Amino acid sequence: MRKIIDMRLLPVLAITAIVVVLPYFFPSAYYYRIGALVLIFALAVVGLNLLMGFAGQVSLGHAGFLGIGAYSVAIGPGYFGAPSWLCLFVGAMLSGVVAFLVGRPILRLKGHYLAVATLGFGLLVAIVLTNEAGFTGGPDGMSVPKLVLFGWSARGADAWYWIAGATFIGGFLLALNLMQSPTGRALQAIHDSEIAALVLGVDVARKKLTIFTISAMYASVAGSYLALFNGHITPDVAGFLRSIELVAMVVLGGMGSIVGSLVGAVVLVVLPQALTVFHEYEQALLGLIVMVFMIFLRRGIVPSLATKFAGWRK
Amino acid sequence: MTILEADRLSISFGGVRAIDGVSIAIESGQVFSIIGPNGSGKTTLFNLVSGIYTPNDGNVRLGGETVTGLTPDRLARRGLSRTFQNLQIFSRMSVLENVMVGRHRHEHTGILAELLHWPSVTRQNEATREAARMVLGRVGLAEAADRPAASLAYGALKRLEIARALASEPKLLLLDEPAAGCNAVETQEIDRVIRSIVKDGTTVVLVEHDMRLVMNISDRVHVLASGRTLAEGTPDEVRSNPAVIEAYLGVHGSQEAAHALD
Amino acid sequence: MAELLQFVSSGLTVGAIYALVALGFTLIYKASDIINFAQGEFVMLGGMTTVFMTLAGVPLPLAASIAIVATTAIGVALHRFAIEPARGASAVSLIMITIGASIFLRGTAQIVFDRRFHSLPPLLGADPIHFGGAAILPQSLVVLASATVIVTLLWLFIDRTLLGKAVLATAANRLAARLIGIDTRRIVEFSFAISAAIGAIAGILITPIALTSYDVGTLLALKGFAAAMLGGIGSALGAVVGGLLIGMIEAFAAGYLSSNYKDAVAFLIILVVLIFIPQGLFGRAKIERV
Repeated sequence: MRKIIDMRLLPVLAITAIVVVLPYFFPSAYYYRIGALVLIFALAVVGLNLLMGFAGQVSLGHAGFLGIGAYSVAIGPGYFGAPSWLCLFVGAMLSGVVAFLVGRPILRLKGHYLAVATLGFGLLVAIVLTNEAGFTGGPDGMSVPKLVLFGWSARGADAWYWIAGATFIGGFLLALNLMQSPTGRALQAIHDSEIAALVLGVDVARKKLTIFTISAMYASVAGSYLALFNGHITPDVAGFLRSIELVAMVVLGGMGSIVGSLVGAVVLVVLPQALTVFHEYEQALLGLIVMVFMIFLRRGIVPSLATKFAGWRK
Repeated sequence: MTILEADRLSISFGGVRAIDGVSIAIESGQVFSIIGPNGSGKTTLFNLVSGIYTPNDGNVRLGGETVTGLTPDRLARRGLSRTFQNLQIFSRMSVLENVMVGRHRHEHTGILAELLHWPSVTRQNEATREAARMVLGRVGLAEAADRPAASLAYGALKRLEIARALASEPKLLLLDEPAAGCNAVETQEIDRVIRSIVKDGTTVVLVEHDMRLVMNISDRVHVLASGRTLAEGTPDEVRSNPAVIEAYLGVHGSQEAAHALD
Repeated sequence: MAELLQFVSSGLTVGAIYALVALGFTLIYKASDIINFAQGEFVMLGGMTTVFMTLAGVPLPLAASIAIVATTAIGVALHRFAIEPARGASAVSLIMITIGASIFLRGTAQIVFDRRFHSLPPLLGADPIHFGGAAILPQSLVVLASATVIVTLLWLFIDRTLLGKAVLATAANRLAARLIGIDTRRIVEFSFAISAAIGAIAGILITPIALTSYDVGTLLALKGFAAAMLGGIGSALGAVVGGLLIGMIEAFAAGYLSSNYKDAVAFLIILVVLIFIPQGLFGRAKIERV
């Protein structure tokens, strides 16, 4: 019995160790910044991976929830004087409610239809954020007040590295827990055969809605962190490209691999930073990388490597 | 007691009447088989009864209650489960996990407890795993429990689907061609499994092409042709029914058909 | 009345372009089940190449021809070097590949060309034609006429030629098509070529009205995609009707509501359509077989 629990927590412990030890190898504060960004995105990607990798439902509009979370901590304190942490919480709830309401009708759709419906939803959020300039500052965005907790103000990349790290590990653990529960099994079943899940009594529509709502809340928290960390936010956070970036992270790291979510975030956050040297060529190279990875490691980095590794051991 | 009653069911696809006014009544504890030539509407009838299609006309009663138009998951929670002709295995999961999904309607854990992995979830997982192992034993797949489902042979997958449906403890189990593509040994195994299911009090509805299996095991046989009822009766009655023989192989082949049905 | 006419004319013009993009989606989707998100980049490449050729002193007709040929070649290359090697990958992977290609083409375009907006001289002059109180740009008529010609040619090609029939056969049943000796790989490649060419033409036609730059492709692809879904994906007639409808809806929304929200209205309508008639206007509902 105890052994099973230890095995279950192994990936969490491994990731925790990496997050804790890694800063000792950071040559400069700049690396904390990259690390924090990776962890923030990884949090959103874990949520999206629950939806895509486990339940098999694609969302091309998840940045919409990133946007709701981000603007909650920007608008809430600015206009209503609410503390940032409360706004973060309210933002996550709001994202959950929006996901629940939007998800009810559109999660009945399948494949390409679901893709375009979620895409449309994400674009709508971005359009609203761009046009309601009175609240959001329009295309130029708005500044975000610092997060203050018990009189301590979270500033600096190192502080955010630890906040994002702790939250990511928490999110990772929750995702892992969920996967090893009745709901988790039902979701994986839906991925493989919706009809078989149905005749076994799985309320497919409700399960999809549940996971869509949860994954939206993950994205929302990540969005709030992103805004608080950067101190400034623009509607781009909810844009189509951001949504695509999130999906690319899921697919690159590996659908259904929670560890893969982190790997996907590392690749797509670190590479563009490394590529800024090439500046002009950044976009072209990014596109090329996505294509090459998808063609040659189509199951994603972590599952592909795991298979290779298993092959060697034999 | 009549467990399932379908009253004058009809459904059309693009103007073609796939099922045309078919009525069936199934007694509890029986094996009820539906046979008929290819394209006679057997699977469509299954899809109507199990809630995958909604009939254009007619209604379905399960245990005396009208269930027409209910979704398959609702029906499953009322004790109706089924298998599929073209396997619908959860191929990313292990054999045991496949059957564990079958326990879904007996699992009671809230989403919050699941996210936080409360002890109730651990207990539920254990209970589900135990129950699933038992069912796997009943279909002779206990050894394969931890293998990836996709690695099983065809005949074993057929039994896995039955196990999965059984795990939901249905009162009524619809089996869509459980022996199709199986060799003689595998078919015998399916025969044994069906008998044990019935012995435990579950009513079985069978769509099957293997006449030997059907005639051996059924209490009643319902014959469909072109979406309509052709005959119904005990295996002996159906076997000697000239209309059935003709439908199967045409007038000229009826002589051979009589042999085939023996 | 004049206002109405004005909106209809501008809606139809933009709608014709969406229709062409949607037609490109449909062709590739029919032949291969792939949603090609780089479709919008074909439109951008058509416009931008023509612009830079004319800037280099090449006469417009020649510049346009070169642009169409070059874009077609890129379409073929996309299939050969990105789609073909990934055969058998999941739908999501294939979508990601075409999105990767779209980012790649956009990134390359901003290096090869530039990041500014460009225009082309309209084919029939810039003086608006006054009709019923509305001012209609001559280029609008060029766009509509060209779109009609392209749709007609495409229809004739599919309906009247052997190659067209092979495309239809491939769309209907790939395995069966292969069994009767159709090289389905070539058919898919061909569909990429035609889609790219149609996209390039659309890009050249719209540039005098709507300007072009390296990043116009994304929104065009999304609108075209939406049009294809609205019409019922896989239906050529649906693509054309869907495109025109979205163009009109946008024009009316911009005119009567707010031009800021014209994109929003288009996507909102698509959501509504998807929810209530998910198979689209002209698509057929799928019957699940188990």
